[in-house]
Amino acid sequence: MSLEPVSQRTQPVFLRNVRFGFGGRVIQDEMTFTIEDGEFVAVLGPNGAGKTTLLKLLLGLIRCEAGEVMVFGRKPRRGNSGIGYAPQFRTLDANFAVRARDLVGFGLDGHRFGPGFPSRKRRKLIDEVLEEVHATEYAEASVGELSGGERQRLSLAQVLIANPGLVLLDEPLTNLDIAGAQEIITLVSRLCASRKVAVMLVTHDINPLLPHVDRVLYLANGRCAIGPPQTVITRETLSVLYNHPVEVVEAMGKKFVLGVET
Amino acid sequence: MFHSIMGLYHFQFIQNALLSGIFIAVACAVVGYFLIGGGYTFAGHALPNIGFAGAAGAVLLGIKPVYGLFAMTILAGAAMSAGGREVRERDVSIGVVMSFALGLGLMFLSLYGGYGERVYSILFGTVLGITRNNVIFTGFMGLGAVCLVLFLFRPLLFVMFDPIAAEAKGVPVGLLTMVFLVVVAVTVSLAVQVVGALLVFTMLVGPGATASRLTHRPCRAILLAALLGVAYMFAGITLAGLSGDWPVSFFIATISFLVYMPVRIFFRGKAGRAPVSCRDIQGHMQRCFLNSREECKKRAAQC
Repeated sequence: MSLEPVSQRTQPVFLRNVRFGFGGRVIQDEMTFTIEDGEFVAVLGPNGAGKTTLLKLLLGLIRCEAGEVMVFGRKPRRGNSGIGYAPQFRTLDANFAVRARDLVGFGLDGHRFGPGFPSRKRRKLIDEVLEEVHATEYAEASVGELSGGERQRLSLAQVLIANPGLVLLDEPLTNLDIAGAQEIITLVSRLCASRKVAVMLVTHDINPLLPHVDRVLYLANGRCAIGPPQTVITRETLSVLYNHPVEVVEAMGKKFVLGVET
Repeated sequence: MFHSIMGLYHFQFIQNALLSGIFIAVACAVVGYFLIGGGYTFAGHALPNIGFAGAAGAVLLGIKPVYGLFAMTILAGAAMSAGGREVRERDVSIGVVMSFALGLGLMFLSLYGGYGERVYSILFGTVLGITRNNVIFTGFMGLGAVCLVLFLFRPLLFVMFDPIAAEAKGVPVGLLTMVFLVVVAVTVSLAVQVVGALLVFTMLVGPGATASRLTHRPCRAILLAALLGVAYMFAGITLAGLSGDWPVSFFIATISFLVYMPVRIFFRGKAGRAPVSCRDIQGHMQRCFLNSREECKKRAAQC
């Protein structure tokens, strides 16, 4: 890879020779890649390969053990307003009196102290972002009453309202049916283009994403590979990554990786 | 009837009870809303019981039970914030600590030997024996608790609702949870002196749970919970004053139960598991009712 001078490392994500682990175990070593503005990257790999931990590293919630990590040209730090993050598990309580609108509002000023009096400007901002993710019709509904897809849209709205340059989505497609997943993907890919935000989307199934993503980051076996789907999800690349023979089968326009547990 | 009620309000001790009752009801309702939302209802049950152990220990040491009550609940509240984020995991550790505290309390009582009148007043409250000074202290502390929660309103709501996203956004989740649980501990300690350790749960969770079923808006739910709490307290004290013998806490718990049940049945949330099930509340009420009946019998025997 080419070593850019320091002044140019202002990409949303810049990693060089990074090693990080979880609970005393190294899960990724020599990780090197960059993500450019407005790029849509799918993060793939088996359980425990470090997908969520990588996101935590970028969020400044954990530190890397070696190498260099830069987010918009700066070291990762907690509460970075340049990053929007939608975590994986959300236990939304039916008994908690919170509306869809309030959930989105957390993304705007949930980290500020003081009671936070309602204002016309705040309301307008929330309305706009709800419109953007097509969630206006259930803006006033209790979050406990919403479906998985509707909640996922709200998560997206909560992230977008802070106007981030980098969006990290941790498994937003789990628990959604095919149509629901397709809607979220279309939404994300459109936002990616219109807002020029870089998106890293962690997923188990690349197929619904194939027509939309620019590149794929594949994590496995302590290593990673990054590139367009047609060069990463191949027998050659994945066999090297997993360090044993892997077969990629294409059928009905979809890719299936055989010989490993994904 | 009307005249006897109005006559009741002329008594100084009834006025004191009502005033401190209002402060406690408001503080409990505000704190309770977040407690329910964050899945901390079990802490609301455990803290008063732990406070009872503290009071018993204080009696044994020859100091005021109130000091032991405050010290133990605040300590336990701060410790609970480290009990993990998963509700199930947290509830198990809270349960273990609570039963240890109850065991300690029992031992303190038996070591003390005599009939722990002052400790029993912690268990059941002394709503009709409140002095003007008690009222001022309760008002001061209760308002303090409410103001602190209002100051923390937005980040606290975020943390109770979605701690992972809140942490990524830079909210100090651990610190905030600890501060909140200490506020809960203070509120519980205030309320224990009036309604008793066994029935604090009713004031903490009853109004909040009912209000959360009636409205989706956080601010309205909190306001409604406070109104309900004050109404329960007023009605309970009035009814107890009129009946003469029956304990205030019994009336408050019964009213809370009778309001929650129809709301629970007719305003059912579509999805999700309720953090406080009917069974939790029913079981709690049964236990409290049995205990207060025993207490009545015991008192009657003494006379």
